[in-house]
Amino acid sequence: MLNKDKMQIEKEQDVVPFRNRVKEYAVKIGMSLVNQTKLITAASELVRNMLKYANGGMVIIEVISQGRDSGIRLVFQDKGPGIKDISLAMKDGFTTGKSLGIGLPGTKRLVNEFDIKSEVGAGTTVSIIKWKNG
Amino acid sequence: MKPDIIKGLQKKKKQILEDWVNVQLADAGLREDLMSNEELREQSEELLNTLLKVLTDKNLADIQSSEFEPVHEILGGISISRARQGFSPRETGIYIFSLKDALLNSLQAELKDDPALLIEAINKVSKLMDNMGIVTFETFIKGREEVILRQTNEITEISTPVIRVWDGILALPIIGTLDSARTQVVMESLLQEIVASSSTIAILDISGVPAVDSLVAQHLIKTVAATRLMGAECIISGIRPEIAQTIVHLGIDLSNIVTKSSLASALKYSFSLLKMEVKKVQNVKAPQ
Amino acid sequence: MDRIPILQLGKFLLVTIQIDLYDRLATNLESDLVQMVNKTEARGVLIDISALSIVDSFMGRILGNIGSMSKIMDAETVVVGMQPAVAITLIELGLELKGVHTALNVDKGMELLAQKIGLVDEELEEDEVGA
Repeated sequence: MLNKDKMQIEKEQDVVPFRNRVKEYAVKIGMSLVNQTKLITAASELVRNMLKYANGGMVIIEVISQGRDSGIRLVFQDKGPGIKDISLAMKDGFTTGKSLGIGLPGTKRLVNEFDIKSEVGAGTTVSIIKWKNG
Repeated sequence: MKPDIIKGLQKKKKQILEDWVNVQLADAGLREDLMSNEELREQSEELLNTLLKVLTDKNLADIQSSEFEPVHEILGGISISRARQGFSPRETGIYIFSLKDALLNSLQAELKDDPALLIEAINKVSKLMDNMGIVTFETFIKGREEVILRQTNEITEISTPVIRVWDGILALPIIGTLDSARTQVVMESLLQEIVASSSTIAILDISGVPAVDSLVAQHLIKTVAATRLMGAECIISGIRPEIAQTIVHLGIDLSNIVTKSSLASALKYSFSLLKMEVKKVQNVKAPQ
Repeated sequence: MDRIPILQLGKFLLVTIQIDLYDRLATNLESDLVQMVNKTEARGVLIDISALSIVDSFMGRILGNIGSMSKIMDAETVVVGMQPAVAITLIELGLELKGVHTALNVDKGMELLAQKIGLVDEELEEDEVGA
């Protein structure tokens, strides 16, 4: 198995295979069950967002290392409408769709590093890192 | 610097090795219990060979040169293994600095007729050896930190026992500081045991937790919430008066959590939740 | 598999979710359950999620919906068998499972349901006696 992978997400049915792939990577680096669960749940949230607001996109799954620690980085790239006010979206309780309004702030809590860049009309890129012992 | 110098050192390799090993063997702090003299000689020879192989005019002036990688690798390996074996930092330091002595002695013998060159050579070699000393210490410390980390993990595991005090009731006496890492462990062990024993009540006793700040309180609140989400209940007991004070002053809201001052009262409360009572038995017949 | 099977246990319905639900499957489940509650006049719904290793906000919403729909049809809902890693993640995520009760397993879930609906019946009896 490689250290890097790219997956196209176009429809609802792509979500589960994507989650399974992330799990494979997490298991490969020996991540604990709880951390795996947090990572895959965060990935699930972000990929559903991508489908819902941008009609899909691409995800890059990568094994990374920092010193002795290893981790998984996921980068979600879409060409959707973009988010106008990122700081607002990152505030707890914010919602645009009919979701439970947890969205991004909750997802951020599940991972160690969270980065989001968005341009209205161009698209959004969300990048998360979960360390094995994070 | 004249190329002869390096060649000179390389020619005198055997002599330098002997010098070096002798200084180490003569040192009062020699740890024959940890390493035999044979092993010491082998270790020293390997390092010296690699060093002299790698050393050139150019890199002698540039101690950070990547050409010294192989030397640093060996140094690192030696340092970590010594850290794990229990050598003191001083003992590991002597290893490097006695090599410096041996090299400088050799230089002095070689260049005694050219003081200016000798001083230049001594400077450069000293800087090189000092840097190697630093590399040694850095890796030594890393080795020690690994040991500490391993021990910390072991302590964490031992100090979070989950006890089945009754059918369906678990107790977790927490001893020591409760930080993020520990809370994770506590939460996981607790929830797993709840599933394994089908317990519906968990008592978290924190009388052994020295201080509770808002972070610790948050951890406790999360643990209670996770327990509830799974369909069980969590009671916190052992709250000392000082902690109660701190909690109120910090504005932490524990109104959603059942708290009892002692494990005993928490247990009594648990029995009532399970609709059980403890009664004194009346006429007990003496066993025949 | 197109539809998730729903079992009837006396006054209760039991649904065991063993695969990850995608959109269509989830909405089918919601409507199937509501129909069944209506048809059988069930007073309680048990959803067994012990096989789910991931519960995200989508799944959380489904569970909440089922709870609300059943409530409207006068049935209580209990979610049972949540895995520890899932519970820990949901708390961190900040997801509230509103409108459903939770229990460790199907047995305890049924005990809980019996309590919840038994209580309502008792209250009704008292009212009738008092009237």
